[in-house]
Formats: sequence, structure tokens, C-alpha cells
Amino acid sequence: MDGQQVKLWESRCIEEFPPACSAACPVHLDVRGLAELLRKGDLRAAHAHACRFIPFPGIVGHLCDHPCQSACRRSESGDAIRIHELERTIATAGFNAPPFRRGRAMEKKRVAVLGAGLSGMTAAADLIVKGHEVVVFEANAQLLGRLRQNPNLPASILEADLARFENTGIEFRYEQTANAATLADEFDAVYVGTGPAGQSDIDIDPLTYTTRHPKIFAGGSRRYGSHYSLITSLSDGRYAALSIERMLQGASLIANRDSQGSQASRLYVNVAVHAPLPAVAPADPAQGYSPAEAQAEAARCFPCHCLECVQVCPYLEHYGGYPKRYIREIYNNETIVMGARKSNRMINSCTLCGLCAEVCPEQLGMGEVCLSARQGMVAKNHMPVSHHDFALRDLAFSRSKAFALARHQPGHNESALLFFPGCQLSASSPDHVARFYQHLCAKVDGGVGLMLGCCGAPAHWAARDDLFGETRADFRAEWERLGKPPVITACSSCYRMFTDHQPDVPTESVWTLLERIGLPDAGGVPSRLTIHDPCTTRHESAIHASVRRIAHQRGATIVELEGAERTTCCGFGGLAQLANREVADKIVDRRIGQNESDHLTYCAMCRDNFARRGKRAVHILDLLYPDGDAAARADPGFSARQENRGRLKRGLLRDLWGEDVTEPADDIELAMSAEVQADLEKKLILLDDIRQTVRHAETSGEKLIDQKTGHFVAQHRPVAMTYWVEYSLEGGRHVVHRAYSHRMQLEIAP
Amino acid sequence: MSERPSTPAPPELTCDRCQLPLVLGKVKASYLGNSFEVELSCCPGCGFIYVPEELALGKMAQVEQALEDK
Ligand code: SF4
Ligand code: SF4
Ligand code: SF4
Ligand SMILES: [Zn+2]
Repeated sequence: MDGQQVKLWESRCIEEFPPACSAACPVHLDVRGLAELLRKGDLRAAHAHACRFIPFPGIVGHLCDHPCQSACRRSESGDAIRIHELERTIATAGFNAPPFRRGRAMEKKRVAVLGAGLSGMTAAADLIVKGHEVVVFEANAQLLGRLRQNPNLPASILEADLARFENTGIEFRYEQTANAATLADEFDAVYVGTGPAGQSDIDIDPLTYTTRHPKIFAGGSRRYGSHYSLITSLSDGRYAALSIERMLQGASLIANRDSQGSQASRLYVNVAVHAPLPAVAPADPAQGYSPAEAQAEAARCFPCHCLECVQVCPYLEHYGGYPKRYIREIYNNETIVMGARKSNRMINSCTLCGLCAEVCPEQLGMGEVCLSARQGMVAKNHMPVSHHDFALRDLAFSRSKAFALARHQPGHNESALLFFPGCQLSASSPDHVARFYQHLCAKVDGGVGLMLGCCGAPAHWAARDDLFGETRADFRAEWERLGKPPVITACSSCYRMFTDHQPDVPTESVWTLLERIGLPDAGGVPSRLTIHDPCTTRHESAIHASVRRIAHQRGATIVELEGAERTTCCGFGGLAQLANREVADKIVDRRIGQNESDHLTYCAMCRDNFARRGKRAVHILDLLYPDGDAAARADPGFSARQENRGRLKRGLLRDLWGEDVTEPADDIELAMSAEVQADLEKKLILLDDIRQTVRHAETSGEKLIDQKTGHFVAQHRPVAMTYWVEYSLEGGRHVVHRAYSHRMQLEIAP
Repeated sequence: MSERPSTPAPPELTCDRCQLPLVLGKVKASYLGNSFEVELSCCPGCGFIYVPEELALGKMAQVEQALEDK
């Protein structure tokens, strides 16, 4: 992966931006976190949380001018959260704010603070926590003098906040006025927070709080005059202390200060999904919220998050994070030098379906990220073999003589069109493919060639660019030999692969073509079907429209979900189903749970996955060739998929091209219960693997026997995998009781 | 896989070819260029090594994955 590109991707996910409330708070109090604690009824934790951000929780809880509240996104659906009232409840709940602890500085410096107002005291607190020596000069006899005159602030609250400063080591010099320039000679830095009464002619930099004197910083109410904001004034002390700390350490004063102070947030929030709610009214407005009222009010906080993609994608939900975090993990996974690459499976569990980019306010697509990560893994030889091995062997099968075929229509020596049904439709409904091909031949003048093979999608999804290239080369050689006819695809993944990766090959979906040439003769059967567009057609509106019209002609009433562009994957895309069955099942289960009616789709893999998870589903070809209860058809499973492909080819050669092809004889006849068969399917063990293993045992005699049950235990390692089969012989058939496999190779130790 | 001893085979399993009961023996297990020794049930006659399903799908699968992620 390209580091620059990774940074760009990361920057596009805005989930980590603060919510509007805390962005607007000049000291960025984590209001969302506070509301979460309050909603749980944990006032004590909420108080402790507030104390981490605010040196004077009591004072702020009573007097804050709360810019957070005007920014609160809740106001777009009901009233803004009464953040100020919540803070007041926290402030009056009777908890003691923890005292400040003097930190340990590497190099202890001396800082003078002029003026013991809110900004000066905040600066003093922040600097003592950093471990410096702090001396506060106050002209009056008391700290926080002006606040003491405020009738809305009980004296006990002010004293409780000041208690945080006891025994911190800050030296307070009362009734002492001092000159900043003189102090600057004696101290390493000076903060001037003397309030509106002080010199108002100081030039203060609004970002760094520096003045013309390199050691003197200033801020607080002197800057605001009639626009005084208590929390902004307090925040001046905080940001000036930050500058002082940086100056003392010789660090840049201006770097990384973008998020300083009150500002708007870039966090996207889908407000529309939240029903409006009015603010909770306190029973006694003078007393403010009771703890229970505060809890109810806090529960109105959304809380603000983007997570648009996470909400629609069970894969993104599964790993408990969101793209920004995932992208970081994925990049670390690639660059890690020592230790396990923990994100390998996560990277291979994305279906590459593109839905996330569709819903993301920044159009960030995790599929692109995961595919690029897979390319990196393959390039560095770090791709776990087991994740894609099965799919790639299946691909090899489809490219082999057992399935691959490219011919002109019988009786023709050129092709006006070339039909490419794809390996999965052929695997799922070989009879439909054969009938449909004949329909095309009957309707299209000039001959319709046929090509059986694989478009290479599995290789592309596995980031095996080498294999993908070979598969495309296979195709091209045959396509050129047949005179480069326009290609008609039945599978939407094939359509995607051709249009995206071989743009010079004119490609059309069979469904748009079908509308022009007319449907096969057959009456329509009234039905009510929920349409599922395969994710690989996401933006192919012409295909969407054709399929709907065809279904309509066949008597179907179509129910829409979120619309074609928001369609999901069935779990097979990106080979997710093979790398992570659990996640793929979550994806398909969510889809089929969206409503009760039967699903209609036009990808064989989608249909079979729905069926596998217990959903009644039909392929559009089932509407063209109605035959019994097609929606009840079971998922054929991986073994039958390969056998069906072989049978399709042999049948076509026999029936259309009149060749003398015989079906291979089965030397090993297998039998097994439905449970064993389902178990094999889950373990990705093909009947052919079983047959080979049994054959090996029977011919070599290498097997164990269980004396109690009479079962044989056989093992065989054709290439990179050892298969184990427990079977018994019953009436000439081999009854399979169980099978399993492993990749590790074993030999007797020397 | 380093845990020893590994699950011994059920006593009723015997080698069909040699007609011998299996015994625990040292076995070299290797994957992706890494190898280590384990104890598994083997036929003392022909050296047929038995891997029970629990081992294949449990510990062995874990080690395979760990090596793939290394
Ligand atoms: S939709 Fe997802 S990727 Fe996009 S900004 Fe939101 S959380 Fe990030
Ligand atoms: S809804 Fe909650 S998180 Fe969002 S702005 Fe309002 S208080 Fe903050
Ligand atoms: S499965 Fe689809 S929606 Fe989920 S992250 Fe991958 S591409 Fe995005
Ligand atoms: Zn033996």
C-alpha cells in the first residue's frame, strides 16, 4: 500500500472528529461522553469526567455561557440538549473535585502568573500539573475576587473548586501588584491574566497568546470587554499555559493548534433518523435537574457519530471499529516487522461490495482499501494460503478442459454475439443455461457463440493479479479466435470484470439484450417478490430497469428495499464467504431478514446464498422457465457446483454439437447423511476430494480400521492438503461418516 | 502443538495393513517452512500417522493460522 494514499483514505473518514457540542466548547469538554455516563445514571463518573477537562467544575457548572448548547445537533430534531443544566446537576451533586497533583518536569522552570482570576488560575493549574514552579501574584486579598460578587454562584461552590489548589505547591502572593516586564527578568515565563482592569494595550496573538515580549503571555477577560465569555476566558489560561510549556521546551508554538478553541465540527450526523424529542423540563426550575431528570435529558443525546457505513455493513460492525481505525490497523498490518499480522482475516472479510462508499458522506470505500491491502499481502508473500485456496482451485477447475469451451453456434462459422454465462450460473442452473442459450440462438441472427469459463473475478478479489491476467488472456485468445464478437454476460460479476478490466471488449448484460429480442414463450405466474440487485450492478441502472420490466412481464409484483444503488452483497463478493464464513453469514442474514417475501435476484451466487441461509429465493431465469416451486430450490453446494459445470459442457457438446461424449463412470460410489454433507460443505471438502481419498486407501491399503465399528479411516494428500475420511462399506457403497482436513505436513521424526 | 502428550488414538484403531495397534511416536510436523516435533499415534509397522479430527480442527488449525499470519 502506498503510505500517501493510506493517509488520504484515513483523512476521509470523519468519524473521529468531535461532536458539535465539544467542538464548540472552548476547552472541548467531552459532552458526548458526559451524556453517556449520565444516561447510565453514573453521576459520580460524570463528575470525575468533567473534572478532567475543567479546573473549576462548580463555577463552570453554574456560570458557563455554554456555547456547546447552541451547537448541539439535537436542536435539529427537537430541542438542543440542556448541556448547561446537566453540568449544573453534576456540579451540585456533592462530589469533591480531585485536587491537582504537581507533576514532575524534566527541567523545572519558574512561571509567574499575574492575576488570580479564572484564566490565571487555569494557567497556574495546568503548569503545576506539568511540574513547574508557579507563583501567583494577586492584587487583592482573595483568589477569584470578581466571581465572589456574582449572586448566582454560591460561595461554597467557589471554595470547593479552590480546594483543588490546596497543597499543590503553587505560591500565592496576595495584595501584590507586579510589573510583567520586571517579573520576566526573574521568571522563565509570565502569564498576564489581570482582567479588564489591567493594561488593555497589550498586543495578544489569538493563537499563541504571545505578546511582544518573548517571555510574556497574556489572555483572559482583558481580551473580551463586553463580549466576555467565562469559558472562553478560562480557555485562554489553558492555551496560554500550553504555549508557555512549549516555549519552555523549545517546541513550536504554532504547530498542531488547528483544533484549539470553539469551532464547528466536521462530524457527519444523520439527524433525520432520530425522531424529534423536546427537552426534559425540571420539576423545580430553580433547583435544576434532579439526578433522574438529568438522566432522562442525557438520554436524548443521540449521541453524535457518523458510522453510516458501519450501520449498513455487518462486516464493518463485526470488528467493533470504523474505517479510520481499520485503515490504520490495515496499514500497520502491512508494515509490521515482527509479530503476527492480526488483520489478515479482517482484510479478507470485506465483500468489496461498495455499499460503504455509497452511504459515506466522504465517499470512502473500504473495498478499495481492502483490495489494495490484499495486493500488498500478495506482493510481499504474506497472503494466508488458506483464505483463498479453495476459490482459486475452483477457478482452476473452471479454466480447465472440464468446463472451458468456446465455439460458434452449431452450423455457423462466425458469431454476431458471444454468450458468456459465467461459472456460477452454470454451476447453479446448468439446465437454464442450456435452454437460454438455445433461446438466444433462435432469436439472434448471425450466430451466437458460446464461451464457458470464468471471468477471473475470484483471482481479482484474491488480489492474484497474475492469475487474473492469465484468465483474461485465456478469454482474449478465444474471443479473438471467434472474431471478437460483442460479449453477452448473464452474471453481474462477469459483467463487472469485463467492463472494468477489458474495456475494449464490447459487453452487454443479457437482461438488457433480452428486452430487445423478446422473452422465451411461457406464461407469467403472478408473484410478489423482493428484488435484490447484485452488488456488482450497483450503478448499472439500465440493467436494474430491464430486470424489473422482465419480472413484471412474467407476472411479478416487485417490492423494493432501499433501492438498487444501496444494495448489499450476498456474502460471496470479495471471497468473503471463503475467508470468513461467520461475517458472510451475518451479511446474508441481515439481507434476507429485511422482509418476508421471496427474493428475486439475477446472480446465481446471491440466490444460492439466500437459499443456503433458509430464504426462499428465485433467479430471474426461474421466472423465464417456470417449473414447480423454484424458490424452494436448495443451494447446490460446492461439490454439485463443479459437477454441474462439467455436466453442462458435456450435455451441450452432445446435444448441440452432436459429439459423442460419455459421462464419466463413478468408480467410488459415495453415500452420506444430510448432516455429514452439510458438514463437508462448511469445511470446503468436495465429494471429489473424498472419492480420491477413499480410492487411495482402497488401492494402497493404507488405512486404519476401528475394531469396534468396523469403520475405515483413510488419509490422502493430493497437493497441499491432507484429507481424512472415515467410511464404511455397505452394499458396495462407501458410506462417509466424517471427513476433515489439515494443511500441516507430517512425517515420522528421524 | 507443543503441548504433550497429544491425544492418543482410541485403542480400537489399528492399522488395517499391518494389523498392529497404534502407538505414540515422535512426528515432525511442518508448514510454510516451519517444523517442530509432536507426539502422535502411529503404526509401528508402516508409520501411518493418525490425526484425530479434534486435533486437526483445533490445535493444528490454530498453529497453521498463526504461521500464515507470521
Ligand atoms: S461513513 Fe464510515 S467511512 Fe465514511 S466518514 Fe462515516 S464512519 Fe467514516
Ligand atoms: S446530540 Fe449529544 S453529542 Fe450531539 S451535539 Fe448534542 S450533546 Fe453533543
Ligand atoms: S463489505 Fe461492502 S460495505 Fe462492507 S466494507 Fe466491504 S465494501 Fe464496504
Ligand atoms: Zn501399518
